[in-house]
Amino acid sequence: MLERALKGSPRYYAWIGFLMLVIAAGAGAWIYQLMEGLTITGMSRDVSWGFYIAQFTYLVGVAASGVMIVLPYYFHHYKPNKHMVIFGEFMAIGACVMCMLFIAVDVGQPQRMFNVMLHPTPNSILFWDMTVLIGYLTLNLLCGWVCLEHDRMRLPHPKWIKPFIIISIVWAFSIHTVTAFLYQGLPGRHYWLTAILAARFLASAFCSGPAILLLVLKVTEKVTSFQMPRNAVRTLTKIIAYAMVVNMFFLALEIFTAFYSNIPGHKHSIVYLFAGVHGHHELVPFMWTFVVMAVVSLTLLIPPRFRDNQKLLPWALAILVVATWIDKGLGLLIGGMNPTPFETITPYWPTGLELLISAMVYAIGALIVTVLFKIATSVKQDLEQSQALPCGCSTEDHCDCSSEEEAPAADEAPAQEAEAAA
Amino acid sequence: MKNNRRNFIKFAGLAAASLCIAPKAMASSGHAAPVKKHADGLNAKHWAMVVDTRKLNSEEAIAPLAAACHAIHNVSEIDTKQNIKWLWASPYEECFPEQQNPYMDDSVKERMFPMLCNHCEQPPCVRVCPTKATYQRPDGIVAMDYHRCIGCRYCMAACPYGSRSFNYSEPRKYLDLTKLNTEFPTRMRGVVEKCNFCVERLSVGKLPACVEASNGALTFGDLTDPESDVRKVLRENYTIRRKPSAGTEPSVYYII
Repeated sequence: MLERALKGSPRYYAWIGFLMLVIAAGAGAWIYQLMEGLTITGMSRDVSWGFYIAQFTYLVGVAASGVMIVLPYYFHHYKPNKHMVIFGEFMAIGACVMCMLFIAVDVGQPQRMFNVMLHPTPNSILFWDMTVLIGYLTLNLLCGWVCLEHDRMRLPHPKWIKPFIIISIVWAFSIHTVTAFLYQGLPGRHYWLTAILAARFLASAFCSGPAILLLVLKVTEKVTSFQMPRNAVRTLTKIIAYAMVVNMFFLALEIFTAFYSNIPGHKHSIVYLFAGVHGHHELVPFMWTFVVMAVVSLTLLIPPRFRDNQKLLPWALAILVVATWIDKGLGLLIGGMNPTPFETITPYWPTGLELLISAMVYAIGALIVTVLFKIATSVKQDLEQSQALPCGCSTEDHCDCSSEEEAPAADEAPAQEAEAAA
Repeated sequence: MKNNRRNFIKFAGLAAASLCIAPKAMASSGHAAPVKKHADGLNAKHWAMVVDTRKLNSEEAIAPLAAACHAIHNVSEIDTKQNIKWLWASPYEECFPEQQNPYMDDSVKERMFPMLCNHCEQPPCVRVCPTKATYQRPDGIVAMDYHRCIGCRYCMAACPYGSRSFNYSEPRKYLDLTKLNTEFPTRMRGVVEKCNFCVERLSVGKLPACVEASNGALTFGDLTDPESDVRKVLRENYTIRRKPSAGTEPSVYYII
């Protein structure tokens, strides 16, 4: 099936070529890091985890998010998601690979990484994190590939794959919970030492991940004949809106606990992030940008009038993605490492080389997602599933496209039907 | 007969699998390699240190201890944020951030305190290490296997005392190779290192280098032995430990 990724338009090849260039540049930087050591990063004795681990944390959320499409389809038999499932699974594959690469570029002795498997240490959460990540990658590769292969051959999905799909749904929650445990079990880091961290991770994953997936699928719609069913988009947008509300609610809970209890350790990180301490205000503009963007994205996602406006939606999602990235891909890690164990502040900022290596990992992820989505959309095109109709609907929308003017009215009807059925 | 061939293949597969597992199972069956112990080696059930900050309380007093420790263990002197420290001096608020008050006696407030790995009874670094590169010895010392360490720096995130350093670059670049202590190894790039309570000196009957250089301001001994020096000093003086709320039970005690 992979050969389907080899036939594409010049635009497709230009994009692949661009990704290859970024990967080559990043690989050069990575080879330099392998020669010189992590000294080329902005990390220090006090801030010993940086941009790489922060990106890993953010991307675990993206990997877990595909489940927000898979779960409604398999657990609630929500039919509009039927042809979206494969994209959630393929996105998870790309995200899992990126997560592992971010760990690989972060360790000081990468050639010894197998020590984690050669000397399995169940008391270390890192061991479990590796286990759940590899497990989730395998499950998604298996489920995604087998289902798509059977689709291509116009065969029903085999019965034996169903248990693996069910396991993968439960497993998705585990990868983000375990990643949160990586942080939240550390006695000296107050910002992470909170029982709600895993819940916060899941909430932010279930808004940011599907938002990224929807944005990528919007681009896919532009460059292929694939078209998402409108009801699936509407449902996913609702999930994103609710998850973002929960995400912000959890943040408010943290702030209440820290400031009403008035315990200095719990306040320090939050004060450092949002107001600055000891003359260090590095993250203050970012954190307030996060707050403003979070409010804007919620304003655009909560009222149905705005949420169902497909022109506005990409903007709302993009703003949400940036907001959650600042919160989790930047603030969570630096805010947790700072204040240091000595209650001092050691500024951290990624270096250019660090960013270049990170760009390589993101480009590898984008390449994987592009190739997998290319295969999936070409199979869907053969099967004439979820294809764009002249009026802009999808073939799954049961929309009557005989008259262009009636199209908006027509796509309201299935929505009402679906709601009535529910 | 058809069944026979299937059974044979099953048996062959199982046998091959067990051959793969057997050596590992044998190796992990608990037979330690025979080690000949040094006749004068110092032994304890739980090593601990008491710092008398009435005697040892200024940058000038602590510097020779750090110098002795760093020289003997080939610790690199790096003049950046990516530095390596096994033993160093810090003010009260960095050593005991949760135990300060604004009206403290000036003589205490202005003291400098020696900081080092606490060799905790419940070490978070050992709990998080994914390869057992950081481990706790039966005598309480939290030790490191530099050849096992993958450099994930999880132990650094977990240590509530900032006692660990990472070799971001090649450490030998920062060492005076003519003054190396050839009795102790240097480290390679990409591994974490820290104070080891001079475990290599204890095994040949010597006290830790800092204790030897401290003129009696540091006391070292077995915490489980009521007659030991440390227990005597702990009985006679009021002591505190760093960050008691972290629940790590440090083995380094400070007389204030």
